[in-house]
Amino acid sequence: MFRFYEFKEGFRIALVAIYANKMRSVLTTLGIVIGIVVVTLMATVIEGMGTALDKSISSLGTDVYYLSKWDWFGGEWWKARNRRDVTVEQAEELREKLAIAEAVVPVASTWQKTFKYRNRSVKGNVNGTVPDYEVTSGVVPAEGRFFNLYESNAGRPVCIIGHDVARNLFEREDPIGKTIKIAGYSYRVIGVFEKEGDFLGTSMFSKDTQAFLPLENFLKVFGSNRSIDIHVKMREGVPKEDGKEEMIGIFRSVRRVPAGEENDFGINTQDFLKEVFDSVVGTIGIVGFLITSLSLLVGGVGIMNIMFVSVKERTKEIGTRKALGAKRRSILIQFLIEAATICMIGGLIGLAVSFPLSLIINEILPSSMPLWVVVLSLSISIAVGLVSGIVPAFTAARMNPVDALRYE
Amino acid sequence: MPLIHIKNVVKTYDMGAELVHALSGVSVDIEANEYVSIMGPSGSGKSTLMNVIGCLDTPTSGLYEIEGENVGDLDDNQLAELRNRKIGFVFQTFNLLPRSTALHNVELPLIYAGVPSHDRRALAEQALVSVGLGDRMTHRPNELSGGQRQRVAVARALVNDPSIILADEPTGNLDSKTGIEIMQLFSDLHQQGNTIIIVTHEEDIAAHSHRIIRLFDGKVASDVPVANPLVYQKA
Ligand SMILES: Nc1ncnc2c1ncn2[C@@H]1O[C@H](COP(=O)(O)OP(=O)(O)OP(=O)(O)O)[C@@H](O)[C@H]1O
Ligand SMILES: [Mg+2]
Repeated sequence: MFRFYEFKEGFRIALVAIYANKMRSVLTTLGIVIGIVVVTLMATVIEGMGTALDKSISSLGTDVYYLSKWDWFGGEWWKARNRRDVTVEQAEELREKLAIAEAVVPVASTWQKTFKYRNRSVKGNVNGTVPDYEVTSGVVPAEGRFFNLYESNAGRPVCIIGHDVARNLFEREDPIGKTIKIAGYSYRVIGVFEKEGDFLGTSMFSKDTQAFLPLENFLKVFGSNRSIDIHVKMREGVPKEDGKEEMIGIFRSVRRVPAGEENDFGINTQDFLKEVFDSVVGTIGIVGFLITSLSLLVGGVGIMNIMFVSVKERTKEIGTRKALGAKRRSILIQFLIEAATICMIGGLIGLAVSFPLSLIINEILPSSMPLWVVVLSLSISIAVGLVSGIVPAFTAARMNPVDALRYE
Repeated sequence: MPLIHIKNVVKTYDMGAELVHALSGVSVDIEANEYVSIMGPSGSGKSTLMNVIGCLDTPTSGLYEIEGENVGDLDDNQLAELRNRKIGFVFQTFNLLPRSTALHNVELPLIYAGVPSHDRRALAEQALVSVGLGDRMTHRPNELSGGQRQRVAVARALVNDPSIILADEPTGNLDSKTGIEIMQLFSDLHQQGNTIIIVTHEEDIAAHSHRIIRLFDGKVASDVPVANPLVYQKA
């Protein structure tokens, strides 16, 4: 039977004992502190990456296939290099033949072009596409609008820009209707996308730093000799696997891939983000876990050692308490609480150190230390204290009262 | 039925090379509300006997009963409970917790008895007042004189209202004037109905008791009543 007064007295004794040996207690917790700092920062980073992943997934749109010369994740890029380009014509043919698709959208891209407005300029990727891009991406401009079929077919010099491009070029000014220069050519801004944020420190997959032009215009300005991507969104109700198989079959025939040979194009989905995420998280997790376990082990041994010292120093006190009626259990609880409290203090110090560090991480990867991490850290600390305190506490609890009283 | 019934108690320490017979067949009966001194030369087994009576130590052989209950049948926890409820200890070296106040030191037996904190405080304060330390409750042991420390220890021994108070050389570390003040407390406790057993080397301390048991080489050498015990009048 556990009685509350024992717990209270145990806690009191623990605080008095720890306070009397402030320096010693704090130094002993170093291992715990390091362990907790690592575990909290790790969790914060993973949490931040999870948030970024969710955003990126929603920005890529679900159930969308990205047919490309390249494989986004895995695959063998040196093989992909020798593949034939994916062309606008192939996209057109696929669109005509793939009746189960809601939209088949060609997207041509070029990297690192200069956007200019008055004296301000930024660099970003430029994409040429068609109005159905709104369907495959599932995003409509937050301000203004996307270009329409007429503008698209006529190759009008209009553009929709990402959030960061708009903020950098226009600051507080309204970009809609203004003319900017992209790689030296004039375009009228007709829409701005909402902010999407980064994923794994890169904005490669977010529209924030990009611009979108009508495909006709893009090909004229940046040249048509390039491999494009084709975004395919299936109609509602098309079974996933069947749809994918049919798409691959038709695209193989479009590209005249002989039967029996492997696909000469990449079939990408947002799942690749999940794979990147899992592999990065896995690595961080393993490294973090090793460092954490090691420091907690070292910390735990330190606590055990200091608890043995504490038990030894207070042998006479233990004898006195036993003479006054303390049972084994009371003594056991007393020392367990002391060990757990020291560790919990270590955990709190750890949190105090990692909280400002998590704010720094937040600058790079939007994230915040989740509450469950705080709870977990303190639980881990207490658990380490209990585990490493158990043997010293038992030693104390089992002392013979006479021997303990005679101890000098 | 005597309060304390000790029959043929032997306590032997196995020191490897030799066996040390601290007690070699001691038989003593003590009734409730007796006031007994245990005397004898150093090494004669006084402290060992006290430890047995106080249920801190178990005899190698022999019988020990408190109020008819065979102590040898009790396990560790039951012994702790027995010490808590029936026995109050006063040590030569006071044995106070150095970092706790007088009040908290006196509260300890009540904590282990599971007395709720409100009652605990009241009882502890009352005990400290009764030993004349009403104005020293929040002092720590190192802020008290030797005599005051021993008073705190006496308050601690009596706070749980035990029937037996065991004091092993309670005045051994005190000057004779403070020693006599402590003896006065014991006389009061005796008059209130407690059983008092003290170990001492000093005849004039033993003179306060009503019966003197002398040990020699682990045996009872003599066991005689005191003709005219010294009694202090309350000032
Ligand atoms: N834990 C122990 N291990 C070995 N021998 C012990 C132990 N405790 C006591 N003894 C021995 O038992 C004998 C009796 O010891 P005890 O402490 O009872 O003597 P005492 O009468 O209280 O002496 P003093 O007046 O000096 O306090 C001594 O010879 C002592 O050496
Ligand atoms: Mg002795």
